[in-house]
This record gives sequence, structure tokens and C-alpha cells, in this order.
Amino acid sequence: MDEAGAQGIADKGAREVTTRGCCPPSGLLLSAGARRRQRFFHFLGQGFLFGVASVSAIAVFFIFIFIVRDALPFCTWARLRDFFTSTRWYPSGSPPEFGALAIMYGSMMVTVGAVVVAVPLGIAAAVCLSDVLPFSLRQVVKPVIEILAAIPSVAYGFFALVVFAPLLQDHGGRVLAILVWLFGVPVGALAVLVASDMLSRRLTSGGERRGQGLIAAALATVVVIALVWLSRRAATIQIDSGTNALNVSLILGIMALPTIVSVSEDALQAAGSELREGSYALGATRAETILNVVIPAASGGISAAIILGFMRAIGETMVVWMASGNAAQLPRPLYNYLMPVRTLTATIAGDMGEADHVTGSERYHVLFVMALVLLLISFACNSFSEWIIWRRRKRLGV
Amino acid sequence: MKYGVVGGIVALSVGVIHLFASQQTTIVLDGSTTVGPLAKAFAEHFMQQHPGVKITVSESGSGNGAKSLINGTCHIATMSRAMKPEEVAAAAEKGVKAVAHVVAIDALPVLVHPSNPLTNLTLAQVKDIYLGKITNWKELGGPDVRIVKISRDTNSGTYECFEELVMKKEKMADDVEYVGSNGAVRQRVMTTPAAIGYAGLAFVDKKVKAISINGVAPCAETARNKTYPIARPLYMYTNGEPPQGSLLEQFVNFYKTAKGREITEAIGFVPVN
Repeated sequence: MDEAGAQGIADKGAREVTTRGCCPPSGLLLSAGARRRQRFFHFLGQGFLFGVASVSAIAVFFIFIFIVRDALPFCTWARLRDFFTSTRWYPSGSPPEFGALAIMYGSMMVTVGAVVVAVPLGIAAAVCLSDVLPFSLRQVVKPVIEILAAIPSVAYGFFALVVFAPLLQDHGGRVLAILVWLFGVPVGALAVLVASDMLSRRLTSGGERRGQGLIAAALATVVVIALVWLSRRAATIQIDSGTNALNVSLILGIMALPTIVSVSEDALQAAGSELREGSYALGATRAETILNVVIPAASGGISAAIILGFMRAIGETMVVWMASGNAAQLPRPLYNYLMPVRTLTATIAGDMGEADHVTGSERYHVLFVMALVLLLISFACNSFSEWIIWRRRKRLGV
Repeated sequence: MKYGVVGGIVALSVGVIHLFASQQTTIVLDGSTTVGPLAKAFAEHFMQQHPGVKITVSESGSGNGAKSLINGTCHIATMSRAMKPEEVAAAAEKGVKAVAHVVAIDALPVLVHPSNPLTNLTLAQVKDIYLGKITNWKELGGPDVRIVKISRDTNSGTYECFEELVMKKEKMADDVEYVGSNGAVRQRVMTTPAAIGYAGLAFVDKKVKAISINGVAPCAETARNKTYPIARPLYMYTNGEPPQGSLLEQFVNFYKTAKGREITEAIGFVPVN
């Protein structure tokens, strides 16, 4: 490789930005006609590729236009006020009522539930895949997790309806107690570690840290007692209806897992081995490297993964239609995950069939207002994740 | 705009002329979503028996079915209710004589879990349960558990029937759970001890208990003699009595044949005699 070639590679990044892919600066000298022809075909090819690339962007644009077009006939102030403030959803009643507050709350509830389930599990699995498991095992485990994404959502819905809902009804207390332990143990362990570290640091100024083990043991005892008490309480709960927000949240969480694992694992991989080796060279252990170096370095990608998982959960239709109970009510109390809820997506799917013809156009157009709300939420999430990544890049000076 | 309207009228009249010209081989049905599945199953079998016959079934609601028949854009209006006097009058004005054929009866048993000790409820009690006035089985003499109310989605003919015959158009409580099919109603009631639901007669088996309403047990017989209160006839309306031996006449009377009765039962309706 000659010097110019090496220089070329070194400058590649810069040149990609500056030259708009036109003829190389010192190409062959061509006749005027040949150059014109070259420029023409170049333009044609570029135009074609640009067209192909913009198809998806145009599709998004048109989806937006058509949804807005069909949502507009519903939009009067009085109706919109009802839509956003009333919880009474009676599309086929006479007179019909289109209060979607409870439905929007239901969507939010199951989505938040799904995120709470999927994010800790997903990030833990991603860290495990990228930094803990040996390479050969990772090659087996990752495809298995990705299979979760290939299972059709109706299969998840069937499982939720036929297996999980009766289980919650018959052994609800026991299932809840198990869930308390499943979530309580890792969260409690993490809390104990962090709290004992902070406390011991504060107790012994400078010098060596002492008593961390003792503090940790004391805190762990408190956590275990709390968990035992909580699980005892949970075991006495009787669940009336197994098709509820909890059921759907768990299933949606599992469905969002592959997205979160894949994207955050890619982000962790992208942090690079130099960073890890640098950390090890400074004497950090593997745990310290993962927690203090790799995860912070990949936090932009991990945030993007969380938002993608969130969007996966809020957009899912079949599972919620089959297993959420579809009762358009605000849970009482509001955080009660054991009550049936209705979501935006399930309402659109369930009410679309008749809406067009039978009860007049109002019932049809309100569904497009719901679709618009969903679209705006997705749009906001997407912009937010782009912003996070952009801010991250800017801070890193890339 | 003007051309659009003219074009529309031309297209419509061409369509109508075409409809009458091809009456021998094409039958167009429009109307109820409840009767739709039955009409489609009839049509499928009828077309197998009579190759070359084309039957199209649209489901745009009973009211639209009536409109289509009055405007001459369909041969048969399928309806889950009888024609209203004003519809009959509108038809007469256009020279259409609406003739009703009761092709099946739609009966909705109220279902509970087999472990539920109750065997009878009044229609008013069922209504109060779905209105949210009765919330615990204890109030009806059952165990002390909250009632889990299961309904078909508001989109279905089954829901419409229940809303009309039980709820009398009053709005259900907001904690009623909606499911997307009769099978799903059965599934939920079968697995939920505190559940109440309703579905077509065909969905009753040993795993769910159909309770009596006002002392009358739901079955084909009580649905036919109108003693069971949550039942309604399903209609096909034609313009005048179809001529003897015509395809239309054969199709409208298909429900009387053995195959027709078998299909009716399979879909979950009660065949009429």
C-alpha cells in the first residue's frame, strides 16, 4: 500500500462528508460527451436509490396524512374534551359516548407494567450475553432469546387466556407471592449493595472502609423480613378475574424482551474491547468494569432499547385484546393491576368491524383519533430516543 | 362535482339493471352481521349444489339491508329484527313489497361456571348484574365472591341481541369484560368460577352451565315457542314472494332442508320448523 492509499483510508471519513460521491477528484480525463453521459447515469442511479430509500419515509408520511384525515371529522371541542376527560366508553349506546380516558390510562398501565418486567430482565440478559457468558454459550443463548420475537402474538394471547388467566384465578395469591420473591430478591440485593456501600463510605471518612459486611448483613435481614411479610400479604390476595392488567403486563414484558436484549446487547458490544481492557488495566474487577465503564458507555443504546421495548408493548394488539379483559374502566385504586383494563389498540381492533356502517360515522372516526394518539406517542418516543443518542454523541465529541 | 354525481347515477343504474338482468345466476344479500355468517354458510353450500350461481353476502347492518332492498340493490335483506313500519312504508312507496322469511332463531343462554349453585335468575336480575347493581353472587344466594361479568364485544350481533332483549338499551357497567368471540366467552366462563356470560346455544356443554331465565331453561324448543325470553327470530326479506322454482326461492327456503338445519345448528342458531 502506497502512501497516498494510506492517506486515502485515513481521510475516508472526512471525504465521505465533503464529496457528494461525484467523480473522483483525479479520475480519468474524459471527452465532454462521455462526461455528460457519466454525469447523467450517475444522477439517474442516485435518483433511483434515493427514491427507493424514501419509500418508507413516504409511507410514514401518508399513514400520518390518512389517519389525520379520518380523525378530523370527529374533532370538535366538545367531543375532544369528552374523549380526553370522560371514562365512559359506550360506542354503540344511544346516545353513544366516546370517553377514552380510561382506555388511554389502560394502555399506559400495561405498557409501564411491561417495561417494569422487561427492562431489568432484558438489560441483565444483555450484560450476561455480552460480558459474562463464554462466547460458545452466547452463540446458543442469543438465538433462543430471539425466538421469542418470532412467536406470533396470537399464540402469546392464547397462552395468556387459556393458561395464565385461570392460573391467576385459582392460585392468584401463590403466583403473586412468587412474583414478589422473583422481583424482590434481585432488587433487594442491588439496594443492599448500593446502600451498604454508601453508608460505609460515609461512616468511615477516608482510609479503609470497615463494617460494610455488617451493614450489608443488617440491611439484608431487613429486606428479607420485608419480603417475607410482603409475600405473606400477597398470598392472601384473591384475584377475581385472571384477564387483567397484570396478566397482560407480564406477557407483554416477555414479548418486549427480545427487542430490549438485542438492541442493548449490540450497544454493549459496541462499547468495544479497548474500553474494557483499559478498565482492567487500571485494576478494576469485571463487576466494576461492567457497572462503571461498559454500561455507562452503552447507556445511549440501552435507552434506545428501552424505548423500542416500550413501543413494542404499547403497539401490541392481539394479546391485550385477548387477555386484558377489555373493560373500559379506571382501576380502583389507580395502581390496581389486578383489574381488567382496556387499551387503545384493542379498542381499535375490536370496534373497527362495525364502526363504518352501523352506528354512523362518529364511531368510525373516533378510532382514528385513537390511532392518531398512538402515532403521536410513538413519534414522541422515537424523537426522544433520537435526542438521547444525539446528546450522547455530542457529549462524547464523536 | 356535477360530472361525479352524474357518473355515480349512471353507474348505479347500470348496476341495478345488471342486477335484474342477471337474476338467474346471481343473488345479492345485504344486511345484518348476525345473520351474515348463516347466510354465508348457506351461500357456500348452495353454490356447491348449483354450480354457476354466484351469491354475494354483505354485512352492513340490518338497517342498511332494509335500505338496500328498498333501493333494489339487493335481492335479499338479512335482518336480525323485523322491519319497522316506516321501512315497510318506504318500501311500498318504491313499489317494493317486503316479505319476511324467518330462517332461524337466535337464542342466548346465560352461562355460569358449573360450580355455581344457582340454577335460575330472572331477566331483571341478569340486567341488574350487567348494570352493576348486583355485584356479588351472595346477593343472589350464591357464594360470597364478586361477579365477573363477561360480554361479547359491542361489535357483534350477539351483543346487539343481548343489549336489546336484556339490557333494554341501558348501558352496561364499566367493569364488564369484553371478549371477541362466543368461543372466548365459553373459555372465560369455563375457567372462572365467579363468571357470568352469554353465548349462542351451540356453545353450551358440560363445562359451562346454562341457567334458566324466569324459570325457563334455554333450549331449541323453548326458543321456538318463545317462552325463553332471550331469543329472537332472524329474517330474510325479499321483494314479494319469490317465484316458485326460481333460484331465489330455493335459496330463501334453504333453511328448511336437512343441510340447512345442520348448518344453522352448527353456527349456533336454532333451526325453525
